[in-house]
Amino acid sequence: MGLDIRWPIGLMFSLIGALLVVFGLAKADQSVVLGRNINLIWGIVLLVFGVLMLLGAMRGGKNPPSA
Amino acid sequence: MEPIHLHKIDYTILLAYVAFVIGIGWTLARYMKTSADFLTSARSIPTWVTGLAFMAANLGALELVGMAASGAKYGIIQANFYWVGAIPAMIFLAVFMMPFYYGSKARSVPEYLKMRFDERVRALNSVAFAVMTIFASGISMNALAKLLNQLLGWDYNFALLICSGVVLLYVLKGGLTSAIYTEVLQFFMIVLGFAPVVYLGLKDVGGWHAMNHSLQAVAVNPSALYLKDAGISYAPDAWTSAWQPVLAGPAHNTMGIDVFALVFGLGFVLSFGYWCTNFLVVQRAMAAKNMTAARNTPLIAAVPKMFFPFLVIVPGMIAVALASTPDKNYRLPLPVIAQANYDQAVAAVKSANPADPGASVKAVGEALGKKDAPIKVAPDKIASLVAANAANKLSDDQIKLGLNNSIAENYYDGVILSLVKRYCPPGLFGLALTALLASFMSGMAGNVTAFNTVFTYDLYQAYFVKGKSDHHYFITGKVITVVGIILSMGAAYFASMYDNAMDIIQLVFAFVNAPLFATFLLGMFWKRTTGTGAFLGLFGGIAGSTVFHALTIATGNVPGVKGAYLWNILGHEVPASCKFPSEMAQNFWLASFAFIVCFTLTVVISLATARTKSDAELKGLVYSLTPKIVDNNIPIYQKPAVVGIVLLIVCVILNFIFW
Repeated sequence: MGLDIRWPIGLMFSLIGALLVVFGLAKADQSVVLGRNINLIWGIVLLVFGVLMLLGAMRGGKNPPSA
Repeated sequence: MEPIHLHKIDYTILLAYVAFVIGIGWTLARYMKTSADFLTSARSIPTWVTGLAFMAANLGALELVGMAASGAKYGIIQANFYWVGAIPAMIFLAVFMMPFYYGSKARSVPEYLKMRFDERVRALNSVAFAVMTIFASGISMNALAKLLNQLLGWDYNFALLICSGVVLLYVLKGGLTSAIYTEVLQFFMIVLGFAPVVYLGLKDVGGWHAMNHSLQAVAVNPSALYLKDAGISYAPDAWTSAWQPVLAGPAHNTMGIDVFALVFGLGFVLSFGYWCTNFLVVQRAMAAKNMTAARNTPLIAAVPKMFFPFLVIVPGMIAVALASTPDKNYRLPLPVIAQANYDQAVAAVKSANPADPGASVKAVGEALGKKDAPIKVAPDKIASLVAANAANKLSDDQIKLGLNNSIAENYYDGVILSLVKRYCPPGLFGLALTALLASFMSGMAGNVTAFNTVFTYDLYQAYFVKGKSDHHYFITGKVITVVGIILSMGAAYFASMYDNAMDIIQLVFAFVNAPLFATFLLGMFWKRTTGTGAFLGLFGGIAGSTVFHALTIATGNVPGVKGAYLWNILGHEVPASCKFPSEMAQNFWLASFAFIVCFTLTVVISLATARTKSDAELKGLVYSLTPKIVDNNIPIYQKPAVVGIVLLIVCVILNFIFW
């Protein structure tokens, strides 16, 4: 309906992913759990997910008329 | 639970989410031109979106919190709520029932009932549904405001107002489409927010097999972790096996249920009653672009649904495994106790008589809790605490520590949050918390939009103000959005004021839902069902639920809100034949009973009354009078029947793996 939901989803997760990556790098000492910098790792995962969503949105799906 | 300190990054993530959902609502506002756009999304939503929304609409935070709680209390057997209690029904809805919902062009489930039967059945269903959604929405908001109060120290009223305000902002602008889009956002938030917790938790306990190993030890002696009362012991697979403990009988599984109750009560009556008739979820499928999309919506939803136990139930199991390993330094969460109660309990310890341990246990238990709902405490630990205090005048803090160590019950609803606190550093914590908040808010949004459609079309337009322009109903929809949110807030206050409110509300849900599927089943598949039969059958089913509840109870419960109050009125003891091993067993049997009553009454009365609708009028509404859908031009992997069978097979395989 006029708005491809992949845009907001992609944007939001890219943003949050980027925030977590930055925080994970800047405050690495606070971000380590069970031996891993989980903020950095998960931030990258979110960033990748967000970018994939944005790529999907940019390719643009077609909305066939309702049957 | 001590209030948590949130860091800036956590607040930033939360604010980002709020900004995006409000932004989605405002962006959609310009596309909202008709009441159909606003209330039903005018059949314009892509299939993957309706599919995920279908599942997410049901994924309130109560489910997240509750599934982790149940995972701790019961183990993997809880996954039956998904594998038996959801998947088959979703597949049935997709393959067999969506053609009638979508093909009839009904704008809501009650409207389908009007087309199939008559206004009486529609009225009964829409009134019941409207009341239930408002309460469901209120329960969601109450739980959220309480959580924010406990966790962040926010004032309850403030939290309620802010959260309701956010939901109002995006639903008022974008209607059902807003709710659906934000549900998809919420779905990804939940998966991405909680997956790290599960990953880290499994890493912490040493892996899946190590967790199962710990759980096997727990199953033999669950009272060590206060999971069950002393003296109860199960076979080692009680927490790790989904079927064998059920087949062994009610005394051998953590839920106290038997196979019939599980398969018929949960798997058929309750499950189909919810997934096939509840407008909250069906509405999402009805918003799909075309018939194939509508039929595929529940199937798409079934895929993540099947694997969700690993995201939401496993954390509970991880918590129990952790608690059973002493060097992990983890205890299942304590009940939430106010400072005032602690003070009372400390006073009770100080004034206790060391020679009378029974009295001190009772006094402390009541001080920590309430007179008729004391907190369970370990008698030996209280005795030594009292003795220690008598010997050496301990400080208040030392006594409080001793009290905490002696509490013998768990607050299961706190499990998921305790794991989030344990594993999530600042940043990830904000993500998990936002995921939790997102699902509470979606719970309110979903219920308000469903309420809106049913109220505007099935009550307002059908009975109160007929024949006005579409614009009139469009505006009505907007007004009812606000009304719905205000009523939800009222329901939230109601739920917060009375301890029994939640129990009563859940009861009403059960009474109304249990017989519903019988009505729909007969309506859709038997053309002889008449309006009178359906109406009286449904009514009789609800009455049957009430009577069944009034006569039965779970062992260990006191007659009253939990049931069996009729015996109290008659002045009798509750006979053993009316007692069930657990509340869950009572619920499942109640559902089975209500279904059978409704089904039988509907059949008998239908046969005794004349049909009011001709075959021509019922075309497209009943199975035998509807041309079969021929799925020729779609690829085989999109044919609903084929996909349905494949999903069923995968589900059965999952059941086998966790046999």
